[in-house]
Amino acid sequence: MNPPNLKSLDGIVLDGDEPVFSEPWEAQAFALVIGLYEKKAFTWPEWAEVLSTTIHSDEGCASYYELWLKALETIVMKKALSNKEEILARETEWQNALIATPHGQPIELQNAYKS
Amino acid sequence: MSDSKKHSHNHDDHDHDDDHSHWSDMELKVKTLESLLVEKGYVDPASLDVIVETYETKVGPRNGAAVVAKAWSDEDYLHRLRQNATDAIAELGFTGRQGEHMQIVENTDDVHNMVVCTLCSCYPWSVLGLPPVWYKSAPYRSRAVSEPRAVLSEFNVELPKETKITVWDSTAEMRYLVIPKRPDGTQGWSEEKLAKLVTRDSMIGTGLALSVDEVSS
Repeated sequence: MNPPNLKSLDGIVLDGDEPVFSEPWEAQAFALVIGLYEKKAFTWPEWAEVLSTTIHSDEGCASYYELWLKALETIVMKKALSNKEEILARETEWQNALIATPHGQPIELQNAYKS
Repeated sequence: MSDSKKHSHNHDDHDHDDDHSHWSDMELKVKTLESLLVEKGYVDPASLDVIVETYETKVGPRNGAAVVAKAWSDEDYLHRLRQNATDAIAELGFTGRQGEHMQIVENTDDVHNMVVCTLCSCYPWSVLGLPPVWYKSAPYRSRAVSEPRAVLSEFNVELPKETKITVWDSTAEMRYLVIPKRPDGTQGWSEEKLAKLVTRDSMIGTGLALSVDEVSS
C-alpha cells in the first residue's frame, strides 16, 4: 500500500514531508487516521474530504488537530466503525478510570471498575 | 490534603492537592476512539506506535538541544539552569504542561545521569519531543534501575568503570533533562552548530552527544 499523500490534506502543516505536532495527543490522533487508512477502513480521498468539510464548517478557533479529531469522529460514525452512544459510554468509563487512578500510576480502563 | 481547596479538573494547573489522574478533553477523546477502534480490531495497537515513530521527528528534541547548546556556551545561563531549570528553559520560549517542573542533571567524567520513569512514562515532551517507544516499555523502565550499565551497553554506550551511573526517576512533579558532556574539539562553536551534536538520547542519558567526527562525516 502506498503511503498516504499528506500534501493532499487541507491546511496541514508539514516540515518537509513530516507533520508537526505540538502535543502527544495530536500525534496519536494522526496515527489513528493513518492506522485506519492502512487497514482500509476508508480511502485517503474520503478522509481528505471529511477533514476539509470539518475545517471549512468550523466557526470557532479550534486548532488543526482539534478539527482533525472532530473529523475522525465524523468518519468513524459515517463508516459505522462506532456510534455516538458507544463513544459517550467509553468517555464516561475513561473518566471513571481517571478518578480511580492515583496520580502517576498507569491509567487503565479496568481501573474504572475497581471499588 | 486540604478539603477547602476546590478540586480542579484543569490539567494545566498542576493542582497536587488533587491526587487522581487527569487528561485534557482532547486526550480523553483520543483515548476513547483509540480504545474502541483497537477493541473492534479496526486498528492494530502496535502499528500506532510504529506510525508515530515513523512520522515523529519534527516535534523532535530540537528544543532541548538548544537548551543544552546554550548551557555549554553561556556560563550565566548554565547557572540559571541549575537554580531553576523551568524558568531558564522558558526563557528560550519552551513551556508546556509536562515540561513545567524541570531539573537539569549534568554529566561529567565522574557521573553519568540517566532518566527513567518507573511508574508511568512521565516525559518532558515540550523540551524533548515525543517519548521514544522504548521509553514507555516495561523492560526499559525496570532494567534502567536494576542494571543501568547493561541497558546503556545495549544503546552502545560504554562508560569507564570509574564513572558512576545515577538513575533519575521522573515523576508527575519532576522531570529531568540530562546535560551531556560537551564533545572535545568544539571550542568556539556557535550554539547553533553545537545544538546539532545534541541527540534526544543524549538528553535522556541513554546516549552521548555526537562527536565532531560523527557530524562532519
